[in-house]
Order: sequence, then structure tokens, then C-alpha cells
Amino acid sequence: MSEHSSAAGAPFGATRSPHGTRLAVPPNWRRAAATLAILGAPFLVGSLLGNYWVRVMDMAALYVILALGLNVVVGMAGLLDLGYVAFYAVGAYTMALLSSPQLGVHYSFWLLLPVAGVLAAIAGVALGYPVLRLRSDYLAMVTLAFGEIVRIFLNNLDTPINITNGPMGISGISPPYLLGYSLKRNYELFGVELTYTAIFWYLIVALGLATAFLLGRLRDSRIGWAWGAIREDELAARTSGIDIRRLKLYAFGTGAFFAGFAGCIFASFQGFVSPESFTLFESIAVLCMVVLGGIGSLPGVAVGAAVLTVLPESLRGLNDLQQALLGRQYVNGTDLRMVIYSVLLLLVIIFRPQGLLGSEQRRRELTAGRIDSRVGRAGR
Amino acid sequence: MIGQQLVNGLVLGCIYAMLALGFSMVFGILRLINFAHGEVFMIGAMVSITVLNLLLAKTGQPVSLLVAGGLLLVTTVAAGLSCGVLGIALERVAYRPLRRAPVLAPLISAIAASIFLQNVAMLVWGRQYIAFPSILPSGGIQIGEAAISWPGVLIVVVSPMLMVALNQFMKRTTIGKSMRATAEDLEVAAYMGIDTDRVIVAAFFVGSVLAGVAGTLVSLYIGATNYFIGFFAIMKAFAAAVLGGVGNLTGAVLGGLLLGLIESFAIGFLPDLTWGFMGTQYKDIFAFIVLVVFLIFRPSGLLGEQASERA
Repeated sequence: MSEHSSAAGAPFGATRSPHGTRLAVPPNWRRAAATLAILGAPFLVGSLLGNYWVRVMDMAALYVILALGLNVVVGMAGLLDLGYVAFYAVGAYTMALLSSPQLGVHYSFWLLLPVAGVLAAIAGVALGYPVLRLRSDYLAMVTLAFGEIVRIFLNNLDTPINITNGPMGISGISPPYLLGYSLKRNYELFGVELTYTAIFWYLIVALGLATAFLLGRLRDSRIGWAWGAIREDELAARTSGIDIRRLKLYAFGTGAFFAGFAGCIFASFQGFVSPESFTLFESIAVLCMVVLGGIGSLPGVAVGAAVLTVLPESLRGLNDLQQALLGRQYVNGTDLRMVIYSVLLLLVIIFRPQGLLGSEQRRRELTAGRIDSRVGRAGR
Repeated sequence: MIGQQLVNGLVLGCIYAMLALGFSMVFGILRLINFAHGEVFMIGAMVSITVLNLLLAKTGQPVSLLVAGGLLLVTTVAAGLSCGVLGIALERVAYRPLRRAPVLAPLISAIAASIFLQNVAMLVWGRQYIAFPSILPSGGIQIGEAAISWPGVLIVVVSPMLMVALNQFMKRTTIGKSMRATAEDLEVAAYMGIDTDRVIVAAFFVGSVLAGVAGTLVSLYIGATNYFIGFFAIMKAFAAAVLGGVGNLTGAVLGGLLLGLIESFAIGFLPDLTWGFMGTQYKDIFAFIVLVVFLIFRPSGLLGEQASERA
């Protein structure tokens, strides 16, 4: 691997990035600064805002992985997957079932991490195979329904044989172990307290950087180019000899893989999963992160995920504000999460479809005249 | 058993048909999935309960069936009209700005609008199911071994009337004719001097009124409603529309009725077929199965002529 494109902290290729060239700081320094920031963040946040916010950071990093995965499907291949959370659930329940007292087996987190990803990818391909040739909006509706069906099964597979423990969920999921040490414990190292939320932060960020690196390479590979071609003009792509259906399946499978991957981390981090974590709203929330940051842009998606995880948490402060200003609490701040997401989603898709960090080309792709049977028939 | 499932399926089917009609009207003209249609239905149900409660607070529990019927009529009209206005607002906010955008952009904006409505409804009416005031007498009609409650009778009587009215509206009125012309070909209709914007607004209005009436009737029939019913409603409407042939209004009615019957029979016989493994909690998966099977093997539906756009 070359110097420029591989190191942690600059996984998007330091020399090629349009933002990177503008900075006069040598890439090595930037990399060092980024590494330092990642290493120091949990301590800084933990001591300034408390451990709760380190947990929020962990969730933000996890959502970055999820959003990066969805970005493969929505951003790179241009397919709308509204049941994305189903694959997240497959990953989470893989970990939950195979490493908890529920079935009495305790496989290692490190083994289950790829297994969860592969199982989710298989689910993605199995769903995608029959429906990927449909119109893009039909596909979206089918995936949406699929997401809800997975939830119905998770909710009801407690009778007559108890598999998922139904709405009660599965608890007691094993933490990851490293060299025999549990990663879900607080340690004291040289007089410094290392909380498990900080350990998970390092774990999730490391996996997230690996994800971003892999996806960056994938985007610049022949497969990534083929996705771009399909997204821009399916007919032209097909004429150029691209096997559309196979590449769409790849996109679906890859996206689902990372969702399963994130699900496995989520289950291990929480120690508990229930169908409640995998509602339609989660799928929409992840979609919102992808669209807000900039469909197709890896840094954009990461920023979108981080912003939209932290934002609702700060809404908790709204409760005290209402109490102070209005004398009583009218709405629960956290209930506003989806309201804010939906308004943001609406505003972004109408006024800035390329998102916060998307490119001009993306804007044109997302606003140009619709290519469908209707306009086609009228000969435009 | 079979008779009862038939009756239940018919009631359910009438509701699905009304939903699918509104969905198909918009799809026929814009070729867009009106995702917020389910939320319009939900708001209709919510508004009807609120309005009826307000009315009952004024009049007290009605003594005669005539008064009860009058109150229901006022409630239904109020719910239908507020939904119609909501439909127009949705068109303005979520669809019109993206009329020329690629097909996924308006779908995303519609989903955003629908999530917004769902969560606002949750804030206004709460997370729990809210009860529809009991206004009709309990009991109903017995046909052989099958029982049908009074609200069920109302649904089976009112929805065909509405469908006939809609049919006449599409056939005889100028705006109805323009709607059909626009669904046929938007560009050419515009060249012929039809104000297609007005037609689109009208389609949203009429479709949403139907959804509002359906919402009222459903919550009367079931006796309660909550903020989440819109999601299942749109999935059922979409499945019904695909089953009948998307964009085709006769197909929407046929698809709705069939889907209702399929669901009802599937729920009735599922426990026996799966040796008690699957029960009524799986009722919502049949619409999905029907949807996927039809999309794969007959994307044009039962009555649709034009094949779905295939990649």
C-alpha cells in the first residue's frame, strides 16, 4: 500500500482529496494530529461532559459504519434501500444468539464479527435477487416492507419455540475479549481510568476506519466505477457491457455486510438486543445521515452520521429549557428526534440534494430531468 | 368459518380498495409513490376521533340511531375534508418542488413528510391506542353463520357508494375527464390546454378525502387507532394497487378487495397450515408476499396493460 492512501486518519487518500490539497500542512502532521484527536477524544469528552457523552460518541461511530454501508447501496449504486435496519438486526441477533445464555453458546466476538457480516450479506442477496430488476421506487417499497417483516419475526419467534425471546429481547450478550481481557470493563492503567466506553470508542473507530478504507478502495475499483455508471445511466451502463443485475447484487450484499458488521458490534456493546432497536425509524435515520452528509461522499456520510447522532442527544437539554421558560414541560425533547430528522431530510432533498459535502456532479444527478417512462414517452 | 372469513375479508377489502384508489390516482398521473398516503389515512382516523369526542361533549351520548348517524356523517365529512386539505399541503411541500427530479428524490421527500406526520401525531395524540367513542349499537347482522358488526355493515355499504361516485366523477365532470387525460399522457394533456397542476392538486385532494373517510370507518370498525397505522396502510395500499395494476382505478378496487380476502383467509387458516407455529401476529406479511410475487411474475398486475419499467 502506498504512503498516501493507507494510514489511519486519512483513509480517503490524502493527495487526491479535494480538501487535502488546500491545506499546507504536511500529510504526516495531519495524520498525527488526527490520531492524537482520536486517542484523546474519550478522555477529553469524558472529563469535560461525563461518561454519558463518550457513550454517545461510541454510538456516533457505530452509526458512521452503518451509514457508510448504506452509502454503498444508496450513494454508490443509486438504489434506495429502506429496510437497511433489517440487516443490522441480522448482525445483532447473530451475535446475540451465538454468544449469550439464550441458546447457551458463547462464540468469540472476533469470530462472529465476519460471520454476522456474511449472514447479513446473504440475507441482502437473497432479498435482492428477485427484486433488483424492479423500478427503483418499487425496490424501495419492497425493502421497506422486508424490514418490517424481519421485525415481525423477531417479535414473534418466541413461540412455540423460543428463539429470539420476542419483545423482551436477549440480554447477557458476551463482550469482546482481547488476550483474555474483557473489553467491557473499566480498567486502571498507570493511574488513569480507562472506561469501557473509551475502549469501545477505540474498537469502533478502528473498525470504522477499516470500513472507510475498504469502501474508499471499493469506490475507486472497477466495481465502484460500474456502480457509478449504473447510477448515472443504467441503459448506457448496460450497453457498455456491465452486468447490471450482478453489480446491483454486489452493492446490496456489500451494504448488508457492513450493516451486519455494525449490528454485531452493537449487540456486544449494549449486551442486550430487542426488536425495538430495529424499527423503520432506524432505517430512516440512517438514510437521513447519508442524505444530509452528501449521498455518495464518504467524508460527508461520516459527518452526517456523527452530527445526527449527537444532535438528538442535545435535545435532552430542551426539557430543562421548557421548564425554565414555560414553567412546564410540553414535549419530551427526545421525542423530537424523528421530527427533526424528517424536517432536515425534507429540506436537504429539496434545497440541497447533494447534502452538506456532496459534489456539484451529484447535485446535477439528483436534480436533472427525470428519466422515466413518462418523460421518455413525451420525447424529452 | 369460511363464511366469517369471507365477510371479514370483504370489510377489510373495502378499506384497502379505498386506500388503493387514492394511491393509484396519484400514481397514475405522476408515476410517483405517494408514500404519505398512509399518514393521511392515519390523520383521518385521529381527526375523526377528536371531532366526534368534541361533538359528543356538546350533545351527550346520542339517544336515537338517527342522531348517531348524523354525528357520524359530520365526523366523516370533517375528517375527509381535513385530509383533503392535508393532501394538497403535502403536494405543495413534498412533491411539487421535486416534480422534475429523478424518481427517488420525491420518494425520499414523501417519506420525510410521512415520518414527520407520524411523529407529530405521536406528540399530539400520544403513543397509546386511543379509543373511538362507542356510538353505534353493539351487535350487527347475522348472515348464516357469519356475523358482521354495524360498523362493518357501514363500511360495506358506504365504500361501494363512494366508488360509484368516484367513477361518475371521473366519467362525467370536466375535472374528472382532465384527470383521465392527464393520467394518459401529462405532456399531451398540457398541450391540449389542461391545467395539469390543477389536475394534480385535485387528484391529491380526492385521494386524500377517500383516505380520510377510510380512516374514519376503520377506527369506527376496530374501535381504536394509533399513530403507527399509516405505515401498514401504505404498504397494503401499495400491495393492493400492484395486485390490481398500478395506476388503474378499477384494478385498485379489485386489488383491494382481493388483498382483503387473501389476508382474511390466510389469517384464518394459517394456524392450521403451520401446525400452530404461526398465528394472527403474522397477518401483515401476506401483503408483502402478494407484493413480491406480483412484482416478480406479473408487474403489470391483474388489469394493468403497461408493463413495469424493467432494468
